Formats: sequence, structure tokens, C-alpha cells
Amino acid sequence: MTNRTVLVLLDPAGEVRPSVLELLTIGRTLGRVEAVTLEAPSVEALAQLGAYGVETVHQAELPADLRGDARHLSAVVAAVLTAAVRLTDADVVLAPSTFGAKEAVALAGHALGAGVIIDAAGVAEDDAGHVVGTKRVFAGSWDTVSRVTTDVAALTVRANAVVPQPAEAAVATEVEGFAVAVDAVLPAVTARTEKARDSDRPTLEEAAVVVAGGRGTEGDFGPVEAFADAVGGAVGATRDAVFEGWFDRYIGQTGVTIAPRLYVGAGVSGAPHHRGGMQASQVIVAVNNDPEAPIFEICDFAVVGDLSDVLGQAAEVIRAHKQQA
Amino acid sequence: MRIVVPVKYVPDINAERKFVDCRVDRDPAVGTLNELDENALEAALRIVEALDEAEQETSEIVALTVAPPEGDVALRKAFQMGVDRGVRVSDDALAGSDYSGTTAALAAAVRRLETEGPVDLVITGMAALDGLGSVVPALLAATLGRPSVTFAKTVAVADGTLQATRETDEATESLTAPLPAVLSVADTANRPRFPNFKLIMAARSKEIEQWTAADLGLEPGAVGTAGARTETTLAAPRPEKPPVELVQDKGEGGKALAEYLIRHELV
Repeated sequence: MTNRTVLVLLDPAGEVRPSVLELLTIGRTLGRVEAVTLEAPSVEALAQLGAYGVETVHQAELPADLRGDARHLSAVVAAVLTAAVRLTDADVVLAPSTFGAKEAVALAGHALGAGVIIDAAGVAEDDAGHVVGTKRVFAGSWDTVSRVTTDVAALTVRANAVVPQPAEAAVATEVEGFAVAVDAVLPAVTARTEKARDSDRPTLEEAAVVVAGGRGTEGDFGPVEAFADAVGGAVGATRDAVFEGWFDRYIGQTGVTIAPRLYVGAGVSGAPHHRGGMQASQVIVAVNNDPEAPIFEICDFAVVGDLSDVLGQAAEVIRAHKQQA
Repeated sequence: MRIVVPVKYVPDINAERKFVDCRVDRDPAVGTLNELDENALEAALRIVEALDEAEQETSEIVALTVAPPEGDVALRKAFQMGVDRGVRVSDDALAGSDYSGTTAALAAAVRRLETEGPVDLVITGMAALDGLGSVVPALLAATLGRPSVTFAKTVAVADGTLQATRETDEATESLTAPLPAVLSVADTANRPRFPNFKLIMAARSKEIEQWTAADLGLEPGAVGTAGARTETTLAAPRPEKPPVELVQDKGEGGKALAEYLIRHELV
């Protein structure tokens, strides 16, 4: 059933992040892909959408009082998704697995009577034409497969589910406005400060390589960051390290959950909380001076040693290798 | 002030968790209170403790769970922290509920509690550690027709208004909402208290109220497997990883690490 209409949430619309490129790639395997935004897409975003086969962008026109900070509330994004599905008669909604988008997709699914799958690691269709979501659960120790039994399916998909692939032929992308009414009871947003993005490194959620520092860094993230830059990876931390004030973002089941191609844990013991956020990684590597560190149980490769020595030497070899290549 | 705290009975994350017949195994040997709900209970207790004495007298915190009878473990833990009442909604018809079924049952229980008097706040944890979907608080707010403030890091209630700050993936936000409202708190919001001996003893004999789907006026077709809009068709453990390749650093550990990454084309 490839005559489906698949709506992909693009929010914000200034750039098309790698996680959204993945959704567009997945969406094309299910049907015709269209995008939904809450603001005008940038010129760069439109070009990328065209390259990924999106002919139509549906840009929500919100009531005047919801055009400021309130437009980021998940109930508002949900109203936009709901209206867009009704407008386009769409069959599938796809969004990245951020906390806000998860709520928005679940709320839209609720309003539409649609089946909802949150944190899918893959999306496909079964022989009967149902949309199917696979998930990796219990800290990456189990796989589940669930099918949506309603006509409309709403899913959030974790980053690194697929490798983004542009469409075979680029298309011209048009933006069409549509009016959205929001009847949800909303809180008031009295202040909002957007976080600055570290533009030199990939984001933790989307990176193919992640280097994490734990208690074993003793507060010095220098070797962790230097190694991350040598391998082109993102930097994260354990919850303990963030509570100590050593870093600002933590990987864990209540923090950022990641599933990169490569995870490197430096001075990370491997407590259940942290494992819940990274155990789905494809290759797990650790450096720890404690030979009994529990993280070694889930590693593919590990070094027992001082993280600063080991990471420093490894970064040097990798930089030399990259220069040769 | 009346506060309802929905809590979940989940397998302990330190135990071996598994699926049985495509459903999370609820073996009582490993079942416990979802750890993140302790933050919700702590937030509720602190809100009541900040009230003046007269208001504290008329306040009530109700822990609510939708679970089989084994779920009483979660409510006992809530009693130990100091809640006033525990309600368990149990019904075979609720087994296999998805997000919409769970939300319908919780919302119906909150409405039933409202027949006794207004419920000012519903406070939840940020997620349940079994499913980690973290969407039920928002769905509950929508079903109850109340504003939703989720992932709160700081919480204050004054003059019938909820004030909270939170950190989302993209931004730091300050939110306010008039009561009644639905609030979920992050694990960074507070440090849950340890139960004292007196409360532990008292928790043993506290009565747990039991309601059925029919008591809540839930249509059997709207909840459980019958009302679910998704169906889990397969649940399988991941294959075990081969044993770790462990290198002791004697001066060449970094080189060995680099060579492993290069050999596997990971850098």
C-alpha cells in the first residue's frame, strides 16, 4: 500500500535536522511524503525537502495569541498535526523522539483515534498493510514488534534508525498554508530561552558516534572532548557527572537516550540508569581504570587503564590515520 | 488541596526484566514502584507541607494505580512516603491497555475521586521505567480538559496557580497554569525522602481501596486489549553479545583502541 500519505513533522523549520531526513527516508518507503511546519521553512530547508522528495509543505497558520512562545507547547503542535491529518487525509504521522514531539504525537493520535507507537527503532509495513513499529526496550535487551490496527498511525522514531537517503529525483517543493484552531486548555509560557547549539559537534541525540564521560573523569572532560573531536563525535555524560556540575547533558533512561553506531564510555561505570540510555548502541567501547566496572559486561571492546592516557594516545593514532586517508 | 498521584507498578530495573506473551512480565518477585513516581510523591508531599496548618488539615494526597493485585507493592511504598489514601483499579478488562486505555482508566478514577470533592492537581513522574513513553501525563491532561505542565524541574503552587520551570531538548521554559492542572516532574525536581519507621509500620495496615472498570463506568471495549489501537505481535530477547575484548593498558592501550575502531571502520 504505497499510496499512503505520510506527514513528517518539521519543527523548527529553519533547518532539516538529520533525524528528520531519516523520517523522510522512512516515509518514502510507506507512501508519499509531505511535511508539516509551524513556521515558514528556510530556503535551505526547502531545498533539502525537495531533494528528499517532498512536494508539499503544510504550514500551520495559528491564532495570533499562539504565534509566540506558546507555539512550542506540545498541545499546540498536536493541534497542528491533527488538523494536517484531517486536511490531507493522511495515513501516517512521523516525528522525531524528542520529549515534546512524543507528547504531540500521542495527543494527535488521541484526537484522531489513531494507534500510537513511541520511540520506534524502525518502521515498516506487514503483509496485511498495517504500519509496524519495532522497538528496543528494557535497556536494549529486548526487541518488540507492534502493529497499528487503526487506519491512521502516529509514530515517533528514534535517531539512527536508518541512514538518510535523498529521493531518486529531486522535486519542486511548495508551501501551502492551512488554518489551525487550538481548543486545548494551555498553560501560559512566561519565559523561554532557546538553548544554544554547539555547531562544531553533532547533537547528542543524532550523532553516529558518542563519547560519554562519567565519574571516572573526576570532573576533567578535556580528554573526553578532545577524543570526541578526533572521531567527529558528540559529547555526553552520566547523570552523576551532570549532578556534580561537570557537564550539562546526560545520557540515561531519563535523559537523552541514544543508539549511535559507536558509543565510547570514559570513566563510566555502567549503572542501570546510564545503560538504559545507551545500551541500544551498535558498538560499545569503554575505558575505565576499574577492571570490575559493570560496563565491561556490555562492551564489545574495552581498555583497563587511565582514561586520559588511553584516549589521548587513541586520538593521536586516529588523527594520523585520518590524515593518511 | 487534593492531589492525585498516579503511580505505576513496574519490574525493577536492576532485576532481569522480560516479556511473557508479548506483555511486560509482572512477576511480583521483581515488581516495584516506578522509581520516577517517587519524585511525583515527593512533589505532592512538599506542596501540602508548604500550606498553612488549617489547609493541611483539609488536604489529601491519593496514590492511584491501575494494576493487578500485585501492584499493591507500589501503593505500600507510597504510603511509606506519607500519602493519605491508596486506590487500585484492577480489572481483567484492563489487561493489555495501550496509552489510550491506561489514560482512560486513570482519568475515570480521577473523575470518581472528584465526586467526593475537587482534585486540584494530578502529579506524575516524568516516565515509567518499563515503557519510557512519557506521554500519559499529557494524555491525561487532555482527557480531563486541564492544562498540562510536564517535565517540571522546579514547582511552586500559590493562590490557585501552578508555577514551574523545565528544560526541554530545545529550551528552558517557565510555565504557569491555573489549578486544576496536570503536572509531571523530572527526576531532577527533588530528592525523594526516605520513609521513616513510623510511616513504614503504619503503611502495613493501611487499607487499599479497590475499584473495577465497571465502578468507573469504563466501557469494556474502550480499554484493555479490546480498546487497544496497537498490538504487540513479537517480543524477543536480543542475542547475547560475544564476550568483551578486554585490553590492559601497559602503554599501548590507546593504540589498541584506535586500531579496533579503525579495523571496524567506526572512525
